[in-house]
Amino acid sequence: MMQDERDFGFSTRALHAGTPPDPVTGARAAPIYQTSAYVFGSTEQAAELFALRSYGHIYSRISNPTVAAFEERMASLEGGLGGLAFSSGLAAQLCTVLSLAQSGDHLVCTQNVYGGTVTQLSVTIKRMGIETTFVSAEDLGAVRAAVRQNTKLVFVETIGNPSGVVADLRAFAAAAHDAGIPLVVDNTFATPYLCRPIEHGADIVVHSATKFINGHGTAIGGVLVESGKFPWDNGRFPLLSTPSPGYHQKVFTETFGEYAFLMRARAEVLRDVGAQMSPMDAWLALLGLETLAIRIERHVANARAVAAFLRSRPEVAWVREPQLGSIFTFGLRGGREAGRRFIDALVLWSHLANVGDSKSLVIHPASTTHSQLSDDELCNAGVEPEAVRLSVGLEDVEDLIWDLDQALRSAAPVAAQAPVS
Amino acid sequence: MILTTPSQRRDLLRRIHTVAMVGASANPLRPSYTVFSYLRTRSDYDVTPINPTIEQIDGIRAFPSLDAYARERGAPDVVDVFRRPAEALGVVREAIALGIPAIWFQYGVVNPKAIALADEAGMSVVVDRCIKVEHARFCGGLSMSGLNSGIITSRRPS
Repeated sequence: MMQDERDFGFSTRALHAGTPPDPVTGARAAPIYQTSAYVFGSTEQAAELFALRSYGHIYSRISNPTVAAFEERMASLEGGLGGLAFSSGLAAQLCTVLSLAQSGDHLVCTQNVYGGTVTQLSVTIKRMGIETTFVSAEDLGAVRAAVRQNTKLVFVETIGNPSGVVADLRAFAAAAHDAGIPLVVDNTFATPYLCRPIEHGADIVVHSATKFINGHGTAIGGVLVESGKFPWDNGRFPLLSTPSPGYHQKVFTETFGEYAFLMRARAEVLRDVGAQMSPMDAWLALLGLETLAIRIERHVANARAVAAFLRSRPEVAWVREPQLGSIFTFGLRGGREAGRRFIDALVLWSHLANVGDSKSLVIHPASTTHSQLSDDELCNAGVEPEAVRLSVGLEDVEDLIWDLDQALRSAAPVAAQAPVS
Repeated sequence: MILTTPSQRRDLLRRIHTVAMVGASANPLRPSYTVFSYLRTRSDYDVTPINPTIEQIDGIRAFPSLDAYARERGAPDVVDVFRRPAEALGVVREAIALGIPAIWFQYGVVNPKAIALADEAGMSVVVDRCIKVEHARFCGGLSMSGLNSGIITSRRPS
């Protein structure tokens, strides 16, 4: 049955897209193809595969059936042309950048993004000769002003980490497209269940699949999805529109049309970087996606109840409740020391550097995920020293609130001494 | 009729057997060679290059024109067009004269007059699509590459 004959809903696609019954065995669950290389049918078929004239698997660094099923399911859920999976979210970002930019090029990124993204762009990618200008997510004028002749993309998170700021994706897309460059959106915190950036004008969506996609904290992974709508032959992307020395002098935009970006990202960049997702991790992500919709509903409902509880407490100075999603920050009266005592007193919430697990998680960003950032960068990223970040899980919400309550009481002696702001 | 939905394209791909590829190139860097080679090696189609400047591609004899092909082998089931948009109108006129039932305009071969003429003549028309990509969509090739085939099914693939 084709999509145009029946417009299948989100949960139906989360269960079925990319995984028809296995053609060989009829298995209803997606098999884990734990493989390295694939036998060629003939020398002619091998040559056709290597020249990208035929579809098929050669070597699992480039593609694998289980990983491809996950990629197609993500493309379906985000409403894109295709997907490409990676060993982590940061690998997905790096390969997105390397698919479009080279030494001497420039990127624009918002300030209130994941600390690991800031470090990747401002240290590692900068060392490759690709410079990034960081701008406020709430200042579209600054975004437009930061774009140069050699800028290759604008990068933004749907929901800033950990600031919780929701980006105006339509406005960002307009700013990027007016400059002839794509908008890349990290949609990790929202997931395609809450927001599908391509519907709002984004060209490429990236995820840390480690979070809500996997959903159970069992594997690291990343994925990108591309819309297929960006005009890669507009003259600003020579890596796609001029003969490629990395692939038989092929001009990807000529040979592959709307598939140019996805084909080059896989056949050249993933091939050369080697940051592929493992079949086992793809299988865990496929399994996670099957319940994405019902998990996110519960995550959000629990997060709202936890936020309301925190607002009611005198020990809490402020709560930055999410407009979208289930990850948010709050500040304790008593600053850094109260935060430390609070986290040390929790017995059900897990203190660790991750989000989007089925289990509830807590962290103090200023001393952990964002500890590489200077005070100015911390401020720009919207991370106060006293901020505690919660990723609200799927436990009984009464139990989550019980644990927060007893930990707030433990932190209270310090909090009580602090001036009320 | 202009075929705009995936199932219309799937039905066309299922009912054709002979494909005449106007503008097929023997240069492996050209997109038309990629499509020719794919259809020759990975489909059941009888695919033939139509190009007066070459003798053959990979051992498959080329015909100088659609007319020359039709005189010897009858009208093909579909004409796949790899020409500049300005040349598309001439291809359509020749196809209509030969009674060819379907015409496929590859990526970028968009000529509104040619499309309208083919449509009015009752041909099945596909515009700005790649016959290789659409073939791969329905036989699992796109899915192998993580591309969104749009296919949702609980039926075991045959």
